[in-house]
Amino acid sequence: MLNIIWPIFIIISFIYALLSGNIDNVNNSIFQSTSDAVKLSVDLLGTVCLWSGIMEIASNTKVIVHLTDTLKPILRKVFPEVKPDSQVQKEISMNIIANILGLGNAATPIGLKAMDTMQKENKDKDKLSNSMIMFIILNTASLQLIPTTVIAIRNSLNSSNPTQIIFPVWVATIIAAITGVTVTKILIKLNK
Amino acid sequence: MKIINYISSAAMPIVILVILLYGLTEKKNVFDLFIDGAKKGLKIVIKIFPTLIGLFVAIGALRSSGIINLIINLIMPLLNLLNIPSEIMPLAILRPISGSASMAVATDIMKNFGVDSTIGILASVIMGSTETTLYTIAVYSSSVGIKNTRFVLWAALAADLAGIIASVVICRMMS
Repeated sequence: MLNIIWPIFIIISFIYALLSGNIDNVNNSIFQSTSDAVKLSVDLLGTVCLWSGIMEIASNTKVIVHLTDTLKPILRKVFPEVKPDSQVQKEISMNIIANILGLGNAATPIGLKAMDTMQKENKDKDKLSNSMIMFIILNTASLQLIPTTVIAIRNSLNSSNPTQIIFPVWVATIIAAITGVTVTKILIKLNK
Repeated sequence: MKIINYISSAAMPIVILVILLYGLTEKKNVFDLFIDGAKKGLKIVIKIFPTLIGLFVAIGALRSSGIINLIINLIMPLLNLLNIPSEIMPLAILRPISGSASMAVATDIMKNFGVDSTIGILASVIMGSTETTLYTIAVYSSSVGIKNTRFVLWAALAADLAGIIASVVICRMMS
């Protein structure tokens, strides 16, 4: 994707700058941008390492198991075709928990495992099953408890209150997730 | 408003507290685990660093050349219709396509409009509440060799749009 977008951004900007006489601005911005990226990365380093450390502790304790149990009633409603206490259900809930805890690196491998298990039960191997679609929708919903990366960026830009956004993020995420699940449910019904 | 700010401020310490207490009651070597995880964090930052350099330069060029204003002016009527502030539009367009690119755009917006301004907070909330939809769909579908993804893209984009509109409404209420 970026192999297309990145050169387009640069090419149209440079051509436009040449035509509109903004070329000095562009020259300055090139050097400014690289040093901005370095500064941001150095600042990110601290917060990202801290959270990776905390989440490593979480993934080694039963906190994950307990959260999985509380998810079961919701999973039954959202995934009616997935059998309770099956392997798939375990993998789905592990993936959701990893997402909620912000363990992006753990969530994706578990999620891919769940897709693999669902594909085994999929009747038409060339099409996504209803459960697979719902699962992908939940993974595009960013169900993260603490939006750590954004907080890290806000912190690096000297925000007076970097965590101020957590509650609004929860509300927006939940609205997005409910919309995604509802639209999916409706489209599944219409596609029958 | 005070309660919302309090919940936001308390969330992070409470999560850390609960996780630490779980680790201690299960007699885990919490500090060793922490160090292992922090090392992984280091790798993540090193991995995204080249992306940040590349995209910051490209986005800096979009801004400084003035072409971004031209694009925004072209789609302004649609924005006004949806009540989305035009400053946020580059972010809303890039968000589903590229995680690192949208992060760079969001950072740029926060820097230029002020990290604690309404636009800055809105950019933060959009980043925190949405995901790189196209990438996720591509990775998950291709992992099982499926090309027919049915309606998943439309449902995901509907969710993204709802998330962005919700972010706008909440940030208006906060300011």
